Amino acid sequence: MSCIEAHGLRKNFGSTAALDGVNLNVESGRILGLIGPNGAGKSTLLNAVLGLIPYDGDLKVLGQNPWTSRDRLMRDVCFIADVAVLPRWMRVWQAIDYVAGVHPHFDRAKAETFLARTQIKKKSKIRELSKGMVTQLHLALIMAIDAKLLVLDEPTLGLDLLYRKQFYDSLLNDYFDRSRTIVVTTHQVEEIQQVLTDMMFINHGRIVLNCSMEDFEARYTELTPRPENLAAARALKPISERQALGRSILLFDGVSREKLNPLGDARTPSIADLFVAVMTENTSKGAAA
Amino acid sequence: MSVASESVSAMSAPTTSHSTSPFAWSVRREVWEHRSLYIAPSVVACLVLLGFLIRIIHLPQTLSLLSQLKPGEQNLALAMSFVVAALAICVTGLIVAFFYCLGALYNERKDRSILFWKSLPVSNATAVLSKAAIPLLVLPAILFVIVIAVHLIMLGVGTAALAASGANSGWLWNAWPIFKMALVLAYGLVCMTLWYAPIYGWVLLVSSWARGMPILWAVLPPLGLVLAERIALDSSYLWSLLDYRLNGYLHEAFYFPPHLHGHEIGDPIALLALTPEKFLGTPGLWLGIVFAVGCLAGAIWLRRNREPI
Repeated sequence: MSCIEAHGLRKNFGSTAALDGVNLNVESGRILGLIGPNGAGKSTLLNAVLGLIPYDGDLKVLGQNPWTSRDRLMRDVCFIADVAVLPRWMRVWQAIDYVAGVHPHFDRAKAETFLARTQIKKKSKIRELSKGMVTQLHLALIMAIDAKLLVLDEPTLGLDLLYRKQFYDSLLNDYFDRSRTIVVTTHQVEEIQQVLTDMMFINHGRIVLNCSMEDFEARYTELTPRPENLAAARALKPISERQALGRSILLFDGVSREKLNPLGDARTPSIADLFVAVMTENTSKGAAA
Repeated sequence: MSVASESVSAMSAPTTSHSTSPFAWSVRREVWEHRSLYIAPSVVACLVLLGFLIRIIHLPQTLSLLSQLKPGEQNLALAMSFVVAALAICVTGLIVAFFYCLGALYNERKDRSILFWKSLPVSNATAVLSKAAIPLLVLPAILFVIVIAVHLIMLGVGTAALAASGANSGWLWNAWPIFKMALVLAYGLVCMTLWYAPIYGWVLLVSSWARGMPILWAVLPPLGLVLAERIALDSSYLWSLLDYRLNGYLHEAFYFPPHLHGHEIGDPIALLALTPEKFLGTPGLWLGIVFAVGCLAGAIWLRRNREPI
């Protein structure tokens, strides 16, 4: 079943198009990484999916229109928009009581078990917690909700490495169970590469690349050719070339490993490197057009 | 692949679910956040009681002053302190309500916590109405409890002081018949709340709309219109409308005999002359309520459509 389905999704802010005809289809049970530069339209896309802004075009989330059926949809959809949105005046126990009071799919015991593993005290005010602890609390609340779709927009922004690692570990080990769908955006692309099942690059309000991680691994190869093979490797038309430690590193799209292995050290690229390559290509194309 | 999809459907089928009451919890949430709703009137109540106690300490002088008055005037002088106590607490409540409404839909956009509230299955209508319920239901109830408590303490302390000085304390309870006065207070609070509902509605609307300085947006446009009318037409229709809204409710809800002019509010007998049929028949009341409903509908629409600041 499709969790998110969009056809010709558009959103204009004044004369600028934040979303310029987005088509996408996210199946249930996937973890999708939405990756793009600042101002690419990631947050606009997520806000449309969450029914926070009106839009043009077709969009169905769990089979419903998120703008008109938002109140019903939010029983099955959950999101963390930013680390700083938990109300600072609230106490931890009040946050738990409140969510338990309004959310039909909230499991208080689950939230308390998760919190017991942290340093967070139930009597503390949220403003007294560190940034990392606020995110832990938010995650504890969200993970105790039996939602079908979880949207995370820069959930680990401003956190140190330990908290970031812990965040994604908890998400994978304690939450994700293949019946749920998770959509996540982050600038720390390399940290979520192992977590994702699908990835999507977005730029200038358009989807530039959309593939599963299996396809990604099958399709893209990064090659560090031996110096004598450099010309031969270039002849295979890499999509990008960069220099590192005095050697050329080439990125190939759809060239088989059998052809590349003899030329040097071939491996799966990091999403971050592919991102840079695709975005550079995309931007220069855009400039040419 | 088929195995995977089977397990997906098996796992997504049973969802645990429990009953919820978003409105009640949202009202509770507001009280958690705004403790000034009960702290500010309580502080004023304590100050009023302190003043009363100081007067009791000087009881002999006060009594000798009172004894020179006629019985009717005695009652009046005494009832005055009770009315002043009630008024001080209710006016505090109005100020608290005004500032509560100013921030109610503005602060959550400013600190972006609205994104957290919107991540929960609470509709915009529930959110706005639960905020409107604070000045319309919760605060009047708080004021009622505090005023009654203050009056009981004043009566108790007064009785004890009179008994200690050997005077008869029975007239105290005649001068302020507490049960009747509780009904008068409840009536007064209900009328006051209904009368000021359009003001609460307007301020909530501004709070959901303003991108900054909601207090200026709430206060300046009405004053600006008054001024514009004055300059353009040399009339003061809008000003009298505003004045009527701010000060008119006592005269619509209670009957003040003309000869009592001057200490009209001070006379408990005058306060007993309730005129609910006159109040309910006032077009200004119903126009105000229609305006308030319109403002709340606008605030719900804006909460849905406005983005965090």
